Amino acid sequence: MADLTINVFDIVGPIMIGPSSSHTAGAVRLGKLARLIFGNEPKKADIFLHGSFAKTYKGHGTDVALVAGLLGFDPDDDRISQALELAKNVGLEIKFIPADLGSVHPNTVKFVLSGAKKTRTILGSSIGGGNIVVTQIDDFVVDLRGNYNTIIATYTDRTGMVASLSALLAEGKVNIAQMKVARVDKGAEALMVIETDNPIDDITITKIRQLEGIQSLFRIPPI
Amino acid sequence: MFYKTIAELVKKAESLNCPISTIVIENQAKELEVSEEELIKQMDKNWSVMIEAMERGINKDVKSVSGLTGGDAKKLHLAHLNGSSISGGPVMEAVARALAVAEVNAAMGKIVAAPTAGSCGVLPAVMYVVAELKKSSRDAVIRAFFTAAGFGIIIARNASISGAEGGCQAECGSASCMAAAAAVELAGGTPSQAAHAGAIALKNVLGLVCDPVAGLVEVPCIKRNAMAASNAMVAADLALAGIESKIPVDEVVSAMREIGNSMPATLRETACGGLAITPTARLLERQIFDAMDN
Repeated sequence: MADLTINVFDIVGPIMIGPSSSHTAGAVRLGKLARLIFGNEPKKADIFLHGSFAKTYKGHGTDVALVAGLLGFDPDDDRISQALELAKNVGLEIKFIPADLGSVHPNTVKFVLSGAKKTRTILGSSIGGGNIVVTQIDDFVVDLRGNYNTIIATYTDRTGMVASLSALLAEGKVNIAQMKVARVDKGAEALMVIETDNPIDDITITKIRQLEGIQSLFRIPPI
Repeated sequence: MFYKTIAELVKKAESLNCPISTIVIENQAKELEVSEEELIKQMDKNWSVMIEAMERGINKDVKSVSGLTGGDAKKLHLAHLNGSSISGGPVMEAVARALAVAEVNAAMGKIVAAPTAGSCGVLPAVMYVVAELKKSSRDAVIRAFFTAAGFGIIIARNASISGAEGGCQAECGSASCMAAAAAVELAGGTPSQAAHAGAIALKNVLGLVCDPVAGLVEVPCIKRNAMAASNAMVAADLALAGIESKIPVDEVVSAMREIGNSMPATLRETACGGLAITPTARLLERQIFDAMDN
């Protein structure tokens, strides 16, 4: 389907490190989004590569690009080609594992990121032209594209949580573009992804954190 | 909302007696809710990155990550400086520069997708050479990029700019069409001539498949950038001489979509057909991946 929002800088642009918008630029964005979802600097990253990513990752620099993203770089960062070395310098331990991740997009990657206290699994695909989608965070099915201001909240599933959270956002004058709730089971841990048109201020974030049942909350800027 | 067809764009420009770029800039400033100055500034930044990539490619020893490509832009540029060319000065200059940017892309250098990374050499090479020939100001070059981008938006919406969807015609073909149109504007041609140049350039590459060796953006992609740049220059010259495309550009774009839709998946960036499955390609593929595994 034709994208009606396409503009001049989608055509002459973006500025990026080559060679491929899907296998390099998209891979950097996937790494960066995974880092933001993880919440802080991972110490260890097991990177499972599927399909075309598994087949051509070395020639396209997909491996280097994913790690550059994990280091927080943007797709036009001159340091991308040295990412593996730079990761070593900051003590980020990387392992690449070609794998069959099932019936997913051909350019799919699974990150298993660990730090001192936590491990998180993030599944995402590079779907063309540098566009990406994260489809799974741990056991939760999500649809996260990194184009919006986003908040991700984990909480204990209960009646009224969505209503009270969106009331706080309305109070903070934040317009919701998209909202998705995922849970493993009724009453169990749930995850909410909210994409908003404008950034969410600190006061609103603090208020949301104080809601009963909220376990974690973090903000992701558009990448 | 952007213009739905190139014909609409041309009509509007001719009714206001202004170049197509003026119409595109006005529209995009409104759509993106930014000032025209901001648009120009962003495009200026793109042009700087393009120039750096061209200079790097023709002057430095560039080598791709796979080791398969690199150094040809420099080689060709030297041949050009020695005057040993058959196709002539401006074409040699453009082709060397198109190779340069495409080689820098394959070497994980910084480029501007135009419209894609795989076809990133065409537009900068043509714009550089036409600007030199016509002694255009930097501002005129920057503005002409909006004409190229305007054509690209319409192609992306009415057909495709993705090799995985429409083959190489959608990437290098679109780039060639965009470059031809912008070259005409920069050379002082009319909006209608820009449309004819775009049509002629695109017609010449209809049916071109995407069959990258080992799935990498190198062979034949880099040399196809060179071909698409020279094709754009020839198409611009034809249009500037008053030669018209019998088939209007919007119908050529529709034809490209239809051809893309009937192209088998093996010839759409999957590396499962065409040049990608020749014995030599298979051998190169094995060599590249064996070398990388070790």
